[in-house]
Amino acid sequence: MTERPEFNETLGRLLGPAEPEVGCDTCFEELDRYVELEAAGHDADAAIPGLRAHLEGCPACREEHESLLELVRGD
Amino acid sequence: MKAFPTATVDGRLQLPARERPMAPPGGLDAESEDWLRDLRGDGGPGEDARARLHELLLRAARFEVARRRGAHPDLGAEELDEIANEAADDALMSILRKLDEFRGLSRFTTWAYKFALYEAAVKVRRRAWHGRQVPLEREGWERVASTALEPDADLEQRELLGAIKTAIEESLSPHQRRVLVAVALNGVPIDVLAERLSTTRGALYKTLHDARAKLRRELEVEL
Repeated sequence: MTERPEFNETLGRLLGPAEPEVGCDTCFEELDRYVELEAAGHDADAAIPGLRAHLEGCPACREEHESLLELVRGD
Repeated sequence: MKAFPTATVDGRLQLPARERPMAPPGGLDAESEDWLRDLRGDGGPGEDARARLHELLLRAARFEVARRRGAHPDLGAEELDEIANEAADDALMSILRKLDEFRGLSRFTTWAYKFALYEAAVKVRRRAWHGRQVPLEREGWERVASTALEPDADLEQRELLGAIKTAIEESLSPHQRRVLVAVALNGVPIDVLAERLSTTRGALYKTLHDARAKLRRELEVEL
């Protein structure tokens, strides 16, 4: 298929992550633990399955995850 | 399939109980214990702790609005600082209400930061869309369709696009279609749409998740 980044991005937004994922409420509940595991170099994805996939699918939670990780790393 | 979130009665995805430890094996870290004790205190010490926490939350909220400033050039510095202050106030209220829910699985400050970041991010998104009409229909679709109709677009891409269009129109409920088109095609922030539809981010994401799952099933052959 012809490489079209915009088309592929839109396809990604329409279809979402292929893997099972947690919802926004669970994401918020687990985000602090997930971020600290990441910041410490541990396998956060293994500890909290489904959260990484959710961050791929939910732009709002993804932005908040990026901010929290940066804030914690700067502390 | 690996162990994965199970659906609750209301359909929300949730981690299996074994994935959700209620407290760290060694108990709370000393700094988090201090925060909890001080915040629960009466009189001067309690007020001091709440003021310190507010300062911390304001720092986090200002950090968040500063990160979003580039994406929203129409929001002025004064307005953004007002948003940060409101976010810190609201985050403090939420935290004080939920102190007993802190499980000690992260430092207390990390747990607290997420409330301030959430409040600030939601308020920035909503302020940026204040007074703007939320596009719920096909604007975004036309843009996507046009890329696949360009002369060099290959047949596979055209067919996939056609199948998606049919699946969106024929397989989704009107509510699913509205949410998918607004969020995934028209770029409406989920918090803005949640406010306009008088619902929550979590409920809307569930609708989006179900719509995506239905599309994936319909397109299984094409993908």
